[in-house]
This record gives sequence, C-alpha cells and structure tokens, in this order.
Amino acid sequence: MNSVPNGLAVDKVHVWRGDLHVLKGVSMRVVPGELVHVAGPNGTGKSTLLRVLTGLLHPEQGAVTWRSQSIDRFRSEYQADLTYLAHEPALKGDLTALENLRFSVGLRRRVSPAELREALRHTGVVHCADLPARVLSAGQRRRVAMARVLAMQAPLWLLDEPFTNLDAQGMELVSQLLRGHILGGGLAVVVAHHDLKVECPLRRLELNA
Amino acid sequence: MSVGPFEAFWLIMRRELTLSFRRPEQLLQPLVFFLIVTTLFPLGLNLQLSLLRDMSPGVLWVAALLSSLLSLDALFKSDADDGTLEQLALGGQGLTLIVTAKTCAHWVVSGAALVLVAPLVAIALNIPTGAFATMMVSLAMGTLTLSWLGAIGAGLTVGLRRGNVLLSLIVLPLAMPLLIFGAAATDRAISQVSTAGALYFLAALCVFTCTLAPFAATAALRITLE
Repeated sequence: MNSVPNGLAVDKVHVWRGDLHVLKGVSMRVVPGELVHVAGPNGTGKSTLLRVLTGLLHPEQGAVTWRSQSIDRFRSEYQADLTYLAHEPALKGDLTALENLRFSVGLRRRVSPAELREALRHTGVVHCADLPARVLSAGQRRRVAMARVLAMQAPLWLLDEPFTNLDAQGMELVSQLLRGHILGGGLAVVVAHHDLKVECPLRRLELNA
Repeated sequence: MSVGPFEAFWLIMRRELTLSFRRPEQLLQPLVFFLIVTTLFPLGLNLQLSLLRDMSPGVLWVAALLSSLLSLDALFKSDADDGTLEQLALGGQGLTLIVTAKTCAHWVVSGAALVLVAPLVAIALNIPTGAFATMMVSLAMGTLTLSWLGAIGAGLTVGLRRGNVLLSLIVLPLAMPLLIFGAAATDRAISQVSTAGALYFLAALCVFTCTLAPFAATAALRITLE
C-alpha cells in the first residue's frame, strides 16, 4: 500500500465506464510543493482521473488516500481540503459573480464580500462582480471560477484544463497563481493537453489509450 | 473558520430562494396551473353546487399534486447541468445537507405558496370556510411529503434527458396515500365530522417521508453524480 503522510496517493486505480476500461491501473503521488501535470491525448481518462480524485467518482478497483487515510471513509473532511475546477466554470447564470462565489465559498468557510471582491480583483474581473454570470464572456467566467479556487483557500487544487478560453494574460495569470500556490507548500493536479509553463517543481503523468 | 451545518443550510436556502425570485415566471407557473385546473372543473361540470361540493376535495388534491410535480423536475437538474451541483457536493458539508436544504426551499416556493392560494380556489369550488383550516393543514403536510418523494425521483432522473415523464411515473404512485388521506380530511371537514383520523395518517406519512427520504434522495443523487 503506497501512501503519502502529507499528500495524496493514488494506488492502481481502475475505472470502467460501461464496457470501456477508462483508467487502467493508474498510480500517482502528489506531495506539497510539487505540481502534477496530467497529460495525454483526448479520451485517455484525464478528466475521469480528476473526478476520482474529487471523491465524486468511485474507482472500481484501487484506492485513493489523503494524508494516509482512505478518502472513502472521510469523504466530507477530504472534500473540505480540496478545490475543483471542472471543465465548465460551474456558475449560476442568474446569480452575480459575487453571489456565485458567496454561495460556493460560503459553504466552506466564513467569508466577507470584501474578501471575495479581493479574489475577483486578483483574477482581473472585479468590475464584473455585480453582473449576472450569464452576461459574462467565457474567459471572464473562467476568471471568476479561478477566483473561487483562490478564495476556497484549500491545500489541494484539482484543475481541469484551467487555461481554456483565456487570453495570453489570463494564461500567464493562472500560471502565476499555480506557482504561488505550489511554492507556498500547496498541492495541485492540473489536467492540460499542452505543456505547462509554470516555474515550479513539476512532475508529468502521461496517460495513454 | 469553518461553517456549521445550520449556517450552511441557511446559505443554501438563501441561494435557492434568490434563484427562484430571479425567475418569477418559473415561480408562478405551478401556482397559475393550480388555479386554472381547479377553476376549469366548476366551468366544465353542470352547475350543481352539491355535486361540486362532493367533488371538490378530490379536484383540489389532484391539482395540488400535479402542480407540485411541475417544478420538481428542475430541483437538481439545472444545478446538475451547469456543474454547480458538483461544487455544492464538494462543499465539504455532506450531500444530505444540500439535498435537505434544496428540498425545503422547493417546498417553500411551491408547497407553501400553494397552501396560501388554496383558500381562493376553495371559494371557487364552493368549499365552506369552516373547512379551510383543515384543508390548509392537510395540504401543507401533503405538499411537504410530495416534495420529499419528488426529491428521490428527481435524484434518480437528473441524469436523463427526458426525465420529467419518468419522474411523474415514479412519484405519482407513491403519492396515492397522500391523495386518499388528504382528500378524506378535506371531505370530512366539509361534512363537519371528525378529521382527526385522516390528519393523523397524513402526519404519519409526512414524518415517515421526512425522516427517511433525505437518505434515499442523497443515495439517488450520489449515483447520478458519478
């Protein structure tokens, strides 16, 4: 049994989707201060692996342990330690950017509107704070979602293609945020089909069909 | 500073109510449906007040069940479609709390609102004012039970594309006892005989569903979230 006392360990995880064997015995370790980049062609289960790491999807075989404890047994506690950015930004179109943040981050910790505005300022969308999310552009939504990742203040970041829809400055910004998080002792797993340009210790996990 | 379960519950309630009031047309649809269906009956039947009075409890309850069902489809679906359900599930608060808060909010905007407009309908259906209290109490318990039964159905069908018909097929058979005892309570109140038996049965159903359905709905939703 391979486990990491202060990090995340994935041990020979298998996932089937119907008849499709998506993850074929994937093992990996995520330790503080190191970014794990999950790469590979389309359809090799990168996003599926990330969903397994969130605890939303149960692997048919294998185990995921967080700080040496199985995530199945302490699911809520484990999930309180992570923040997940899915493929879609997961914002409610009828709520403003600020309300979206308040209702998702607010479940995690007591947070003031000023603090959330600060997170939005950090990702460059503070001028959109009081606009309904449905009028924002795809890139702006992505930045709001990134502000949510920041405001959660979770040790473990799970990001699925965080660079999509972003302009050059936005991509630079996400790289900077990742770098800051990792150098501050955080953990991160990033799914991206291209090379990451983040100046921090980086480990690459290649998934193959 | 971590957030306690009560705080989280209120936060989700506030979220749901804010969302409902941002879309007033969706809020009003089930109520207008309820009003229209119930007023169609007096128009369609012969103008015999005694006949109307005999039929009114059944009409009222069938319309109430169907109109509550209208909004149940969206209980988890809109959140599942835009990915916010996953974010709520990952809030570290446990899925049961999320499901409970969302279902309670659903009852406030559908069931409780329906209870408040029921006297209007009752006047149209020639129900004597003496029966209003029993009617409203029984409707309140009935719609709450239905919201919970619907939460199980909505959890099971959230991943399906045309899930709303299946949802009705799952929920309506389970709602039959509600219809029987709810209509009986109202009927007996109109005839001015003791309503206690029917109301107790309804209360028992309500308590039974409210205690067990949260776990069933959570389990159903967890399967579809995978």
